[in-house]
Amino acid sequence: MSDDVPALLVADVGHRFGTRAALDDVSMRVERGTFTALLGPNGAGKTTLFSVITRLYNNQSGRVAIFGHGLDREPSRALARLGVVFQARTLDTDLTVEQNLLYHASLHGIPRRTGKARIGELLERVGLADRRGDKVRTLSGGQSRRIEIARSLVHRPDLLLLDEPTVGLDLESRAGIVAIVRALVREEGLSVLWATHIFEEIRPEDDAVVLHLGRIVARGTAGSIAQGGEGLEDAFRRLVAARGRQAA
Amino acid sequence: MTSTSRVVDLETKVQPRHGQLGRLDTVGYLICLGGIVRRELLRFFNQKERFFSALVRPLVWLFIFAAGFRNTLGVSIEPPYQTYVLYEVYVVPGLAVMIQLFNGMQSSLSMVYDREVGSMKVLLTSPYPRWMLLLAKLIAGVSVSIVQAYAFLAVAYFWETDFPPLGYLTALPAFLAAGLMLGAIGLFLSSLVRQLENFASVMNFVIFPMFFASSALYPLWRIRESSETLYWICECNPFTHAVQLVRFALYQQLEPLSCAVVVGTTLAFFAMAVIAYDPGRGLMARRGGPAGEAS
Repeated sequence: MSDDVPALLVADVGHRFGTRAALDDVSMRVERGTFTALLGPNGAGKTTLFSVITRLYNNQSGRVAIFGHGLDREPSRALARLGVVFQARTLDTDLTVEQNLLYHASLHGIPRRTGKARIGELLERVGLADRRGDKVRTLSGGQSRRIEIARSLVHRPDLLLLDEPTVGLDLESRAGIVAIVRALVREEGLSVLWATHIFEEIRPEDDAVVLHLGRIVARGTAGSIAQGGEGLEDAFRRLVAARGRQAA
Repeated sequence: MTSTSRVVDLETKVQPRHGQLGRLDTVGYLICLGGIVRRELLRFFNQKERFFSALVRPLVWLFIFAAGFRNTLGVSIEPPYQTYVLYEVYVVPGLAVMIQLFNGMQSSLSMVYDREVGSMKVLLTSPYPRWMLLLAKLIAGVSVSIVQAYAFLAVAYFWETDFPPLGYLTALPAFLAAGLMLGAIGLFLSSLVRQLENFASVMNFVIFPMFFASSALYPLWRIRESSETLYWICECNPFTHAVQLVRFALYQQLEPLSCAVVVGTTLAFFAMAVIAYDPGRGLMARRGGPAGEAS
């Protein structure tokens, strides 16, 4: 399989809930070893797109492939290479950090001994090695998020999906989480798709895709979208308003 | 092996940097199954009140209800009993399977909860086929219910309700089959219940009718004396057969009809649950999406 096969390929994907199109002909790529931002206001379709990519919803039309493995034909191989941090908190608060991570390791068929060693590495990376035996309910929101990132990496995925991972966190926790994920891209060549509507998390050189009302309204580097001296946030507002008028 | 999978294998070998750490074969699945069962047991033992309430409910029935009705509800000789038995002896198998009934529904409640808080998503993004994950979830719930049922039998042992010692062993596969059946029903129901709040109606419309319209508390010939229709409703109730399967197994006997009904019901409800949780055909996708993005 050649290197030009992207980490994630989404081609002409549509998804409807009843009569409402949550996704309409969406196509995008996440190149290997890059940080790609998926921008969109609330209700844009980001979570539905994530649900299709993670196979929680069937892709009713179009195609999704992870490192060339189509979700329709090779779902196991595709999901094995995918790590996900969902928008909602998904840790078991009654269990300890280690129990949560070992559970995830087992979901990927990782033996306990291998899992324990890997969990040690990951907790070091997210700076929470000393909380290994603590119950999740004793952690702060930012710490839980870092544990969720560690969990998503237990099986050594090549592509990481994060659905608004910093929502509801204070500035310091937010910066910490962005730094951890950017270090993973830089040092380990991880491919990342980061859904957000917080513009400070995106750098001009990042690939970005703007989704609104279920359609892609812009794509390119964040710098090229924020063209002509206007900031990314202003460009985003302009694009969203234009699409809103078209839809009306 | 197809050429595509050879390419994939080759690619995995030449790219060990991330590569996948787990394994997708049978051993991997058994690790997955073990992890899911372990989590369910950990959650169960962490919630001590759940353990005690699961135990208290049948014991109240045994110590109070059965003692009160001992003289009113005489039980005549019918298989598997070879002599007259005390009413307490008669109700113990039914109460043990009642634990499994509550547990099966509790497991389905926990799946509705898991779906609401998102941990169901974590389970379903595991690379194993969905039916395998649901089966693992089912087995995990049954493991908990068997622990509860035997804890109850251990207490009941001191209440003149002793069974042949070997019966405790021969009942194990029966408890496993009954638990799988009730768990499969719960699993299917969990795919239909959209919100946790709706679960109370499951209790009213599923648990109570199943329990009372069965042979758990009274032999069916007694029901037949009062109503032929009710008798046939009880005969068609799979819970009756789960109770009878366990009742006979506790006396080291196999009841073939009950066994067939329990196995058949398990397969039917499990198949429906797999369809309901399938992302392509299932009810999940049609039941609406994330807030703000669905209709």
